[in-house]
Amino acid sequence: MTAATDLPVEHVVAKQTASSQARQKLSSPWASLFAVVIAVLWTVPTAGLLISSFRPEDDVKSNGWWNIFTDPSFTWDNYDQVLNGTDTDLATYFVNSIVITIPSVIIPICLAVLAAYAFAWIKFPGRDFLFVAVFALQIVPIQVTMIPLLKLYVQPPFNLQPLAGGDAPGGGFYTIWLSHSIFALPLAIYLLHNFMSQIPGELIESARVDGAGHVQIFSRIMLPLMTPAIAAFGIFQFLWVWNDLLVALVFGGGSLDVSPLTVRLAELSGTRGQDWHLLSAGAFVSLVVPLVVFLSLQRYFVRGLLAGSVKG
Amino acid sequence: MSTGEKFVQLLICIAVFFGVVALILLLTSRFRSRNGERLQFVAFVLPAIALIALGLLYPAINTIYQSFRDNTSSGFVGFDNYQTVFTNSEQIKVLRNTALWVALVPIVSTFVGLVYAVLVDRSRFEKFAKGLIFLPMAISLVGASIIWKFVYDYRDAENSQIGLANQVLKSLGFDTYQFLLTEPWNNLFLIVIMIWVQAGFAMTILSASIKAIPEDIVEAAKLDGVGGLRMFRYITVPSIRPSLIVVVTTISITTLKVFDIVRTATGGNFDTSVLAYEFYVQSFRSNNAGLGAALAVLIFVLVMPIVIYNVRQMRKLEAR
Repeated sequence: MTAATDLPVEHVVAKQTASSQARQKLSSPWASLFAVVIAVLWTVPTAGLLISSFRPEDDVKSNGWWNIFTDPSFTWDNYDQVLNGTDTDLATYFVNSIVITIPSVIIPICLAVLAAYAFAWIKFPGRDFLFVAVFALQIVPIQVTMIPLLKLYVQPPFNLQPLAGGDAPGGGFYTIWLSHSIFALPLAIYLLHNFMSQIPGELIESARVDGAGHVQIFSRIMLPLMTPAIAAFGIFQFLWVWNDLLVALVFGGGSLDVSPLTVRLAELSGTRGQDWHLLSAGAFVSLVVPLVVFLSLQRYFVRGLLAGSVKG
Repeated sequence: MSTGEKFVQLLICIAVFFGVVALILLLTSRFRSRNGERLQFVAFVLPAIALIALGLLYPAINTIYQSFRDNTSSGFVGFDNYQTVFTNSEQIKVLRNTALWVALVPIVSTFVGLVYAVLVDRSRFEKFAKGLIFLPMAISLVGASIIWKFVYDYRDAENSQIGLANQVLKSLGFDTYQFLLTEPWNNLFLIVIMIWVQAGFAMTILSASIKAIPEDIVEAAKLDGVGGLRMFRYITVPSIRPSLIVVVTTISITTLKVFDIVRTATGGNFDTSVLAYEFYVQSFRSNNAGLGAALAVLIFVLVMPIVIYNVRQMRKLEAR
C-alpha cells in the first residue's frame, strides 16, 4: 500500500494509462467483432427458419429466406396447414405433449420433495447410506434401463395389469409418465435435499418444541421456503420432458395416440425433408411453449443451472 | 383417443397421485413417538425408493446381464457382444464418431462460452447479448437439428440456394457442398449443432463464476500492469478453473448420450452413427438385444468416471 503512495505521480499516471490501455485491448475492435460474429452465428439460423415459416410455400421452396428483405410476403398458411392439415396434424401432438409433460413434472417433484425432507430432517438408521445410494444412481444412463423397463411394462410379474399395449390404462400414457418420473428422481432428490439442508436447523427444532409434527413442518414451513428451488427444478424437468425424444420413442411405441411433438417432427424431417414451409412452421409450434416458459422464468432457470441441475 | 379423453386421463392420473400423497401425509401426521418417526421416514421415502429400485436399479443390473447373452436373450455368449463392438468395421466407425463428438463438443463449446462471457462481461448490452447465446438451450435437439438442416440444405450450384451455408459458398465463388452426406466431414457438421446448443450452458456457468472473482485480485493485477490477454490467461482462467472443469465434464456426459441430433439430421446414415444412436438401432430396430445391451453398458462404463469426477469437482465448488 505504502509503495504505491511513495511512487512519483508520473509513475502512477503512466501505470494507470498502461492498465486502461490493456483494458482497451480486451475490448478492442477485434474483440467486439468476435463477440458480434458469435452472436450472429447463434441467432441467424433460428431467425432464418422463423422467417421461412411465414413465407408462402412457393417462395420457401424456390429461393432463400434472405430474399424477404427485397421481396416481402407473409402468410399464416404454413401454420394453419401444419396444425390442422390431415397429414401433419400437429395440433393432436401438441395436446399429447401437454398431457405427457404435466404429470411428468408434478409427480417426480412431489415424490422428491417428500423423500428429500425425510433424508434431511427425519432420523432413521442407515439414512445416509440410503441417500448416497440414491445419489449414486444418477450415473446410470437411461439407455441402460430401457429394455428391461419396457419388458416390465409389457409383461409385469404376478399377473399385474400391463401398462403398455392395446388395452393399457390411460391409453398408454402411464409408461411415459412413469419413465420420466423415475429418470428424474435421483437428481431431484439430490438437488432438493441440498436446498433443504441449507435451511437452519433451529427453525425445525423450535417448531418441534412447539409440538409440530413432521407433516406440519413439511407443509407449513418447508414447502413455502422451498418454492424457489422447486421452481428451478420444475423448469428443468419441464424443458427436459417437453424436448425429449428418446423416452417418448421407446415407451410411447410410436403410436399416434401418445406421441409428443418431438417424435412427430423428427418423423416429418425424415419423410417430408424438403417441405421446408411445413418443417419450419412445425419446428416453431414445438418451440413456442418452452421459449415462453424459459424467458418468463429465466431467473429460476439460471439458479437451477448453477445448483447443478443438468441431466445427461 | 380424443383430446377430451386425454385430458380426462391426465386428471385421473394427477388425482390418483395426489390422493396417495395426501393419504401418506394424513396417516403419518399423528406420529410423534420415536417409532412413529421411523414409520414416517419409511412413508416419505418409500414411493421414491421403490420407483428407483424398480425403474433404475433392477433394469441396469438386468441389462448388464443381457449384454453377456445372445441376440435373442436365450444363450450365454460371454464377451462376444463386446468383441463385436470393438472389431466389427461398422461398430468401429461408431466408436470413432463418438470419440470425435466427445473430443470436440466440450472443448469448443466451453471455449466459445468462456470467450463470449469475458467479452460481453460488463458491457452495455450484456443481458441481451447473453440471451442470444442462451436461447438455444430452451430448444429441443430435434428443433435444433431442423434449424441446422435448413442451414445445410443442398441444391446444385446453378439453382438458387435456400440453405444459408451453401449460399455463402456460392457467393464466395465455390461449388455447393453436401454438408450432411459427405463422409467423414458430415460428422463435424452434426457436431456444430451440439456446440451451438451447449455453448449457452457453458457461458452461463462461466459468466457467473467470472463475476465471483474477487475485485481486489483484478485490481491488484491491473495495478501491476496486467491486462488484456494476459489478464485472461493468468487471472481469469485460473480463478474459474473449478467451474471450467465442471462445465467440460457436464458437457462430455451430455455428448456421450447424444441421440436426437443424429436421428433427426441423418438417421445415422452416411457413417454418422454414435453410441447412443447405435444402441437404439440395435435394440429396437435390428432386434439385436445382446449387442444393444453391450452398447448401453459401454455408455455406462464411459460415463461413470466422468460423472464421479464431475460430482467431486461440484462439491469442491460448493464448499468454497
